[in-house]
Amino acid sequence: MTERVLIIGAGHAGATLAGLLRQAGHPGPIELFGDELDLPYHRPPLSKKFAEGELEQWLRPMEFYQDQDITVRLGDRVVAIDRAERRVHVASGESYDYDHLVLATGARPRPLPVPGADLDGTVSLRTLADARILRKCVAERRRLAIVGGGYIGLEVAAVARANGVEVTVVEREERVLARVASPRLSEILTAHHRARGTRILTGARVVRLSGADGRVRAVVLDDGTEITSDAVLVGIGALPRDELAAAAGLRCDQGIVVDAQARTNDPHILAIGDVTRRPLGTGTLVRLESIPSAAEQARQAVATIMGDVPTAAEVPWFWSDQFDLKLKIAGLVPPLPRTVVRGDPSAGRFALFHHDNGTLIAVESANRAAEFMAGKQFIASGTRIDPARLADDTTPLRDAILH
Amino acid sequence: MPKVTYELPDGTVHDVDVPCGQSVMDGSVRNNLPGIVAECGGSCSCATCHVFLEAGESFFDEPTDEERELLEFAEGVRPNSRLSCQLIISDGCAAVRVTVPGTNG
Ligand SMILES: Cc1cc2nc3c(=O)[nH]c(=O)nc-3n(C[C@H](O)[C@H](O)[C@H](O)COP(=O)(O)OP(=O)(O)OC[C@H]3O[C@@H](n4cnc5c(N)ncnc54)[C@H](O)[C@@H]3O)c2cc1C
Ligand code: FES
Repeated sequence: MTERVLIIGAGHAGATLAGLLRQAGHPGPIELFGDELDLPYHRPPLSKKFAEGELEQWLRPMEFYQDQDITVRLGDRVVAIDRAERRVHVASGESYDYDHLVLATGARPRPLPVPGADLDGTVSLRTLADARILRKCVAERRRLAIVGGGYIGLEVAAVARANGVEVTVVEREERVLARVASPRLSEILTAHHRARGTRILTGARVVRLSGADGRVRAVVLDDGTEITSDAVLVGIGALPRDELAAAAGLRCDQGIVVDAQARTNDPHILAIGDVTRRPLGTGTLVRLESIPSAAEQARQAVATIMGDVPTAAEVPWFWSDQFDLKLKIAGLVPPLPRTVVRGDPSAGRFALFHHDNGTLIAVESANRAAEFMAGKQFIASGTRIDPARLADDTTPLRDAILH
Repeated sequence: MPKVTYELPDGTVHDVDVPCGQSVMDGSVRNNLPGIVAECGGSCSCATCHVFLEAGESFFDEPTDEERELLEFAEGVRPNSRLSCQLIISDGCAAVRVTVPGTNG
């Protein structure tokens, strides 16, 4: 079997897949195409680290790809897929044949649809190149406004604030993290940031960015409020980069639709990572944006390409660092959760267990790694817990399980 | 350069040179050995780099509270469980040996 695997997108999902395919003994050619200039790298530090030197964390050193006989083509974009010929075309004019094509094109920052969003000093954060610009802006100009109170926005807010920058977070919804976290976690984190001097405005609609000499000077809200700032980070979510797939006629619905084995509706084409929408047991399709999800789908794709038994479903999870809080979240938080609080939120050590009549659905934890790990296991196994015992921090976690 | 011995889930044994300052996790990832997944890249966040430290314990710092907590509910945890990204190789390291479980993802 010397089948040729082409992977489009040299990000976390694509680079992980390339390495795993060799681990699994794939004997044929593996080619990884990326339109960024940098070798595949870890994105989490981009919003969590401040010093320039800490931003660059390569997934693997350059020699890794040579040793593993993985061809990496950087700085070139795949512009078309010819499904009938099983061939892709790149911007520089070349074309390449495949037996298996894997789309790992990730996501791009959602643009802020207001006048002034193109002013100098306005940045979004997805790539190492973005992070370098943001660092420079923040270091030179000491007032930062962040549009969007999502995880990336709050992480940057924390690291900038910890470095003495004046920070204002502007969130359209009534609470930060409205789409992804429980109301309780939003409330705890809001208090944590405010106590450290960050301004957080919620229910605040941005109507334009104003500037002088082409440079951003302020964020303007619909009630006329102006937030003076020298740099603006736009962090209002990400859009799947599924246009290549859509143009090739693959099934897309706010992301490339795949099954639990990373397959699209073309038997020669798989898709993994942030660009996909996939089933998660419950029957509905979800688009997850996390490293663990990208890695899980890379494992699915290996099994599919190698013809191995499908991998077992995993509980979705991710992490976030904000000031001294190391947050870890497992499961998908339901819209109206019943919540058990264990530990002390005001001391920055706690876990929120969300359950449905005792069956654990999600856990959101800060500096309580044991609770996170246990919670993730309980969710996977459908374990039922006794809410009262779980809430009592002196009762060992294992004793909160209902048998 | 110090050598680290990895016994993998499939029973094979690999000796790898690991430069000082790098971790036992780095040595595995660099050589594309299966078993150590290391999703978080060594920031003690993911616990997908779990190993059993069979020899060489004295060369490494005691686990931090965070590492201990992550390991408490890790699958197949044993008294010699460690997160390999926290095992930093230094000059004096000799005969370090780890067993890699097949449960890291
Ligand atoms: C600032 C930041 C912080 C984050 N922090 C965390 C965290 O703490 N924990 C966590 O779990 N997750 C975190 N994430 C999410 C995580 O980084 C993503 O889930 C992960 O990178 C997804 O991997 P991917 O390969 O699908 O996409 P990406 O890593 O985005 O890679 C896709 C690559 O494909 C390239 N590409 C796209 N189209 C083409 C084309 N046509 N031709 C060639 N190349 C193309 C893109 O340029 C990109 O390099 C963070 C993300 C960001 C941006
Ligand atoms: S690599 Fe994530 S905890 Fe070690």
